Amino acid sequence: MADAAEPAKRAPIRVGLFVTCLVDLIRPSVGFAAVKLLEDAGCRVFVPSQTCCGQPAYNSGDRAAAKDIARQTIAAFEDCDYVVAPSGSCAGMLARHYPELFAGEPEVARKANAFAAKSFELVSFLVDVLKVTKVAARYEGEVTYHDSCSGLRELGVASQPRKLLGTVEGLHLVELTGADICCGFGGTFAVKYGEISDAIVAQKTANILASGAPTLLAGDLGCLMNMAGKLQRQGSAVSVRHVAEVLAGMTDEPAIGAPASAASGQGARP
Amino acid sequence: MSEMPDSTHFKENAHAALQDAPLQNALRFVRGNFVEKRAAAAARLPEFEALRDSARDIKDHALAHLDLYLEAYEAKVVAAGGHVHYALTAKEGVDIVLKLCQERGAKAVTKGKSMIAEEMGLNAALEAAGIDPIETDLGEYIIQLRGETPSHIIAPAVHLSKEQVEADFRRVHRDLPDGRDLSRPELLLTEARGVLRDKFLSADIGVTGANFLIAETGTSIIVTNEGNGDLTQILPKVHIVLASLEKIVPTLEDAAQLLRVLARSATGQDMSVYTTLSTGPRRPGDPDGPEEYHVVLIDNGRSAMLGGDFEDMLRCIRCGACMNHCPVYQAIGGHAYGSVYPGPMGAVLTPSLTGIAKGGHLPNASTFCGRCEAVCPVRIPLPNMMRHWREREFERHLSPAAMRYGIGFWAFFAKRPTLYRLSTDLAMRALHLIGRARGRFRSLPFAGGWTRYRDLPAPQGATFQSQWRARSGAVN
Repeated sequence: MADAAEPAKRAPIRVGLFVTCLVDLIRPSVGFAAVKLLEDAGCRVFVPSQTCCGQPAYNSGDRAAAKDIARQTIAAFEDCDYVVAPSGSCAGMLARHYPELFAGEPEVARKANAFAAKSFELVSFLVDVLKVTKVAARYEGEVTYHDSCSGLRELGVASQPRKLLGTVEGLHLVELTGADICCGFGGTFAVKYGEISDAIVAQKTANILASGAPTLLAGDLGCLMNMAGKLQRQGSAVSVRHVAEVLAGMTDEPAIGAPASAASGQGARP
Repeated sequence: MSEMPDSTHFKENAHAALQDAPLQNALRFVRGNFVEKRAAAAARLPEFEALRDSARDIKDHALAHLDLYLEAYEAKVVAAGGHVHYALTAKEGVDIVLKLCQERGAKAVTKGKSMIAEEMGLNAALEAAGIDPIETDLGEYIIQLRGETPSHIIAPAVHLSKEQVEADFRRVHRDLPDGRDLSRPELLLTEARGVLRDKFLSADIGVTGANFLIAETGTSIIVTNEGNGDLTQILPKVHIVLASLEKIVPTLEDAAQLLRVLARSATGQDMSVYTTLSTGPRRPGDPDGPEEYHVVLIDNGRSAMLGGDFEDMLRCIRCGACMNHCPVYQAIGGHAYGSVYPGPMGAVLTPSLTGIAKGGHLPNASTFCGRCEAVCPVRIPLPNMMRHWREREFERHLSPAAMRYGIGFWAFFAKRPTLYRLSTDLAMRALHLIGRARGRFRSLPFAGGWTRYRDLPAPQGATFQSQWRARSGAVN
């Protein structure tokens, strides 16, 4: 932890990227954007063999499976100075809920606590730990930003993405009305209570459209898939991207859910 | 009340609520007004966050020494000339109230707003015994006319528009002139006041709830915005206070601190309009007050929550902030929960009262967005406690089979990193080939729960882990 003050001058910080299952499976480009941002900040990035943080099991009441997965994840990242995830929800699981899982088992709890203390959400890690103040990226036009719930309320991720987005050339951030209100994703909630989830995300997309911004950003792929999926079902052309893609200047891949032909560095007009 | 929704049919109730245009219109008030006013009230008070800590600590202390404070409270009530009755269950509480009413030949009972009375089903029991319960809180009065239960713990009629209330008043108040103007909320309030005035004066017994019970003085406190609580407890000859055990706090000073967070969290007011303290019956020389003062202390599941996973829930001071800020409550309103207590606090409390088999949907119907915990004046970890209920359901095999199999299937792979990496890579490459032209799926055989409402983005191709290994020669 002590090296955090002068990251660039010492031996590179060993950061284990917890890529998250959604990024791993659906949108690997977010993982590569995270790698670029971490490497640009002077980190050496490792990707230990990994699966999921266990949150779907934990939130479905299957504590035993969640603990098995947590033990496996803690062991996989043993050699890393930090564990960084491009998701407030997964990072919240690692940093807040792993210790709760092992509260009654002192031996494992010690490991879980140490693991939790070195686990961070990507953008807040860049700003709060690595003291990154600007990024070298360009993105033309207006964007709006949704604060994903776990990152915001479990980890205090709010000012950090705004701070770095402010240094992206050409980018103008339009604040989203109700940015801190849930998009209705909630993991398995989106499927278990699809109709309620749909009503909640409809409120969100109405606010997104009202912002007038042609691009929506957020820091969690689950929420992004939910909002993009609803916008597209509604026939909207708003581009939806993970904030890391824009901060890393890696926006050549089509936006979330956009067809391959629409690949471009910019968002379409809504 | 029998036609009111039931929590076992939560999904059907929610479906109906989402189609209910007047309800959806009314819920805008919750989304806007309550949330903004609470935020403004909290912002106006620099020590608000410190007060929340203090409020949590006061309740924790009281719960840790509940036996002592209950005894002290009882002694003070008795010393002031009142009577304390203990009820282990809601049914015992109802029986005590009925007996008090019947022994005094009561025909009409006025009531202040009381959620514990809802929990007890007191109105139905009084009616069955031939006693007329008269709700005196405007919201409660309205829903009583409609044969409904409260849809919100502090704003029982928040699901209704003023037009609906006007129609109810015209339907019920038949002796008033047809042409009268009821177009504004204050006119509705005035009419209700006029109707209730006679009932206050003719009631035999007044029943109120309690926001706090003070151990050091034997005092009960209620807060209202209409003053109906005062008239309910002062005018009849007998005042009955209904309260669950956890309403006890040690001192008046403690209650004063809790009052500072209560109204701010609830309605954004600095204080409710009326904060009314009552201690025992009328004393010699008092100009008014009841001749008899009874307190019915109801357990109904609370003592079983002490010392367990759900003890923190007993800190709840019933402000309603959690439901005001809940995206699920905001979408469907309170009745869809089918329980006395809706929203996040109801999702935690209801299974304690009715059992998880009956209330099981409620702790599942949350996105865990955490906004409830973020605004709770006594910092109850509501999402964590909903998760505790989900764990109990899972342990008892009460969760839906499809969900259990789905999680089991996923966990099987998640616990085997190599198998996971190889199989997901193949699957994602295949899905990419199918979906890349459009970039997304409008429907997928195994993802109907998702694609019924929204498109699903197609994967970009090979998984991140497989690309990373290819790139780095699989060294790590």
